[in-house]
Amino acid sequence: MTSNNRLPAIPGTTLFDGEQAKRGYALNKMCFSFNSAENRAEFLRDEEAYMHKYGLDAQQAHAIRVRNVLQLIAAGGNAYYLAKFAGIFGLDMQDIGAQQTGMTKDQFKAKLVAAGK
Amino acid sequence: MAKLIGCIGTSHIPAIGGAIHKGLQQDPYWKPFFDGFPPIREWLGRVRPDVVVIFYNDHGLNFFLDKMPTFAVGAAPQYNNADEGWGIPTLPPFRGELDLSWQIINTLVEKEFDIVSCQEMLVDHACTLPLKLLWPQGDCPVSVVPVCINTVQFPLPKASRVYGMGKAVGEAIATWDSSKTVAVIGSGGLSHQLDGERAGFINKAFDLQFMESLLSNPEWATQFSIHELVEKTGTQGVELLMWLAMRAALTAGQGAGVRKVHSNYHIPISNTATGLLALEKLG
Repeated sequence: MTSNNRLPAIPGTTLFDGEQAKRGYALNKMCFSFNSAENRAEFLRDEEAYMHKYGLDAQQAHAIRVRNVLQLIAAGGNAYYLAKFAGIFGLDMQDIGAQQTGMTKDQFKAKLVAAGK
Repeated sequence: MAKLIGCIGTSHIPAIGGAIHKGLQQDPYWKPFFDGFPPIREWLGRVRPDVVVIFYNDHGLNFFLDKMPTFAVGAAPQYNNADEGWGIPTLPPFRGELDLSWQIINTLVEKEFDIVSCQEMLVDHACTLPLKLLWPQGDCPVSVVPVCINTVQFPLPKASRVYGMGKAVGEAIATWDSSKTVAVIGSGGLSHQLDGERAGFINKAFDLQFMESLLSNPEWATQFSIHELVEKTGTQGVELLMWLAMRAALTAGQGAGVRKVHSNYHIPISNTATGLLALEKLG
């Protein structure tokens, strides 16, 4: 099977399975290109042209425009490549975590510390 | 024959690279993490491995979804690090160990593991940072054989299969016609989740149980499916598979078991519960 829809859903978690892969290839390929400093600069000069070059669909392009990680995941984005997109804007994993959980960055960091007690 | 002297499991969070570069090891945030390493470095200074086999997961540097191997063994004379898009400093290249690369490739295929061999390979922070943590000064004194396990595209290999592959790598090392000393590294983990509404998920109880199992019952984690491991340790917590492969390598051949050299566990570094475990192979 290409999806995990027969397995119990894991709360707040999307597994990057075949269904996600089919959905997100163009988005993931674009974000993989951000390994290159030249590509990152080209994206920042003209985001719409760059997204068009990689053939992002409307849902993916919107999620990129609004910089929303949950929407990027819903559009088929894989965390490993989305992290490179976040890196363009100097966002760290606590910024990303705060956005996805609806907390402030300080609240999110406090939650991490609390997990160690 | 070559001598396998032990293993080190360590987290590989990218922020470590920045912390080392800026000299933050004594900073209150970083000190509980970096303080775990001196006893292990002291042990490595005594046992002096020539070569390290590193089980790790590529995070979208060397491989993309277009060609995604489940198990990939490096067979390059040198491994370069490169820009991963997060602004951490690129580290100098690492020397390969071609004879051991081919010994591992030949042994794994003989044992019916259908691996991908890579004669050119970029190595990301998961490979470079453990080496920098264990040998922080000067050039890296060991040569390396990277063994990359897919954690990017589901389906991931089963924990039991990863264990079997690690054990086969241990057998390859044990039958390598060489006078060199070898150590294995498992890079990644422990529990963490970067993506989704469950971002920030950590499971201290499971992590500690996992670390303990590597001493007393190395096959313990193989009972869990990948789905269960994601549920228990987070989407990126499945990196514990690297530790499992590492520990399995030490079960190969004759031996009287393992001795714990040192361990450490600290929450949080970035979003991650950091683990550190060094085991010496006895006998």
